[in-house]
Amino acid sequence: MVMGDLMLNLKAVYARAYVRLKGLLREPHWSIAEVTIPLLSLSAYVYMYTMLGAPSEYMAFVVVGGAMLAFWSNVLWGMSAQLYWEKETGTLTYYLLAPASRMAILLGMAAGGALNTTLRSLSILMVGTLLFPVEYNIVEPVALLIVFLLTVTALYGMGMLFASLFLLYGREATHIADLLQEPIYLFSGIYYPVLSNQILPYAVRLVASIIPLTFGIDAIRLLLIMGKGMGDIMLHIVGLSLLIIVLIPLAYIALRRMEDTSKRHGRLTLRWQ
Amino acid sequence: MYAVETIDLSRVFELKGRRILALDGINIRIGKGEILGLLGANGAGKTTLVKILSTLLLPTSGSAYIHGHDVVRDAKYVRGIINLVSGGETPGYGMLTVRENLWLFSQLYGLSSGIARERIEMLIRDMGLEQYRDVRMHRLSTGYRQRLNLARGFINDPKVLFLDEPTLGLDVINAKHMRRYIRDWVDADGEERTILLTTHYLAEAEEVCDKIAIIYRGRIVAYETPLALKASLSDGVSIQVELLSNRTTKGSIVEEISSRDGVLACMLVPSQNVVEQGDHGGNARYDGSIDGLTRLRIMLDDDSKIPDLVSMLVMNGYRVLSVRRDQPTLEDVYMRYVGSMGNEES
Ligand SMILES: Nc1ncnc2c1ncn2[C@@H]1O[C@H](COP(=O)(O)OP(=O)(O)OP(=O)(O)O)[C@@H](O)[C@H]1O
Ligand SMILES: [Mg+2]
Repeated sequence: MVMGDLMLNLKAVYARAYVRLKGLLREPHWSIAEVTIPLLSLSAYVYMYTMLGAPSEYMAFVVVGGAMLAFWSNVLWGMSAQLYWEKETGTLTYYLLAPASRMAILLGMAAGGALNTTLRSLSILMVGTLLFPVEYNIVEPVALLIVFLLTVTALYGMGMLFASLFLLYGREATHIADLLQEPIYLFSGIYYPVLSNQILPYAVRLVASIIPLTFGIDAIRLLLIMGKGMGDIMLHIVGLSLLIIVLIPLAYIALRRMEDTSKRHGRLTLRWQ
Repeated sequence: MYAVETIDLSRVFELKGRRILALDGINIRIGKGEILGLLGANGAGKTTLVKILSTLLLPTSGSAYIHGHDVVRDAKYVRGIINLVSGGETPGYGMLTVRENLWLFSQLYGLSSGIARERIEMLIRDMGLEQYRDVRMHRLSTGYRQRLNLARGFINDPKVLFLDEPTLGLDVINAKHMRRYIRDWVDADGEERTILLTTHYLAEAEEVCDKIAIIYRGRIVAYETPLALKASLSDGVSIQVELLSNRTTKGSIVEEISSRDGVLACMLVPSQNVVEQGDHGGNARYDGSIDGLTRLRIMLDDDSKIPDLVSMLVMNGYRVLSVRRDQPTLEDVYMRYVGSMGNEES
């Protein structure tokens, strides 16, 4: 029974991830736009830093930030808004109707989104590296891989949580996504270092670290550009792990709450509708 | 063991501080191999019942079982052996093909790839979707998307299939084809397959169903075979009368007529501009008047009573504009089982 459940849920995760990848890859012109547009905005920062005569590693900072930003957009629009859209089109009901776990559906969405965005993010990184005078200094590739995986897991954990919350809180969802889109540039240091720099006040940096992207970008920069090793990013690893431990169960709870609300009240949303 | 059984099933909705009793003590038993038609007007409670039986909604009180499994406590087991198709809905992903969409849904039931492939091909054939097999869903017309949705409903070879107004939006031929298909599907394995179908149309229920349950304001008011239902109507004549009057109390005409000898039932026919009253959860108000024009539907035990009835109306100061004999309709069934419907706006 338990094995049967596991198989069923793995199939559901796989199917949900597969169609997500397939669907997105089927629209290649979108993928091109999604690589080109971030490159345009990050090139503005590259030129700005060049004019200001900033240290050369700032070019690499910007390219890495731009590449990682792709994940944040996908978490907001590809995850959170996606589930909401699935409710609107009536597809969500048929997920709830099936015996597969709801978490499996959400995990599948996350896995598909993460894989797809990794491809896109790597493209941004590669093109950015070719276009601008960027230099990398990698000492511990394994540490880099670990930090990257932890960052993506934490980000999609947050995406899964948002997805359920968006459903509960109704059609204001897109406004919330909009609101979350902008501050990320400031707090998470997409185009400049935040954590390892003392520019922003301590309180702001503390709040910023709730967003997995902040830890992730900072650690990846240290490992990819500054030639640092595992020993220098222990704080980041602990932070990201804590985020994962908190976010994924929260996502699970929110999803349960969403289903419970729908069964109890005959509607999915708590308010605004 | 019944395929579907409900015991005193009730459901209350709270809407802007008002309590709506959507289901009021429903007791039904559907045997394996049966198709039950659930017939009822808008807001009668059909979808609410279907949602509870398919684990999407909790009952307020009472219980429901699918193959002996409680829909609340054993929800996960129940989900594995049921499926639901709501007419007019077209779930799935526009950028995926017909086959891919079906495959996705098959995986939510854990179907092995061999069985999934076989069943998808079979359903594509059965639904006449062959030429759209590898076409993305967003290129399909609404009717074909609905066929795809119907195919999805069979993907786990459910033991109990719920069809909520499945022919909604389908043309006559397709609707007919669908009814034929579901009848054959059940008959192919009468030990294991059962359908609950909701509809507004008596004819549709008659055509495919073994039994018909009439639901009215959350209650089952009749539960019979189509034959028995028809027989209960065949002893009467239905007529539609149009009157002009300046009297304002519509209820009293209905009462006057209802109390006459030979009148089995009488009700006001809602006019085109039905007033949404909403104090009974959106049930239409049966107010048959536009500017003094009143339409009545009357069932008499014998057509020789028609002249008497007309002269009574004229004597009472009504202008009779037309009298027309009608085929028995859903309204007539209601009238017989629900009684007069002119003045019960509780
Ligand atoms: N989520 C809800 N919240 C509040 N009231 C609801 C909700 N769902 C249904 N109702 C009310 O419950 C009653 C029964 O609705 P239901 O949808 O079951 O009717 P129905 O027979 O399916 O009607 P239709 O033929 O229009 O589909 C109606 O009065 C409706 O307004
Ligand atoms: Mg309905």
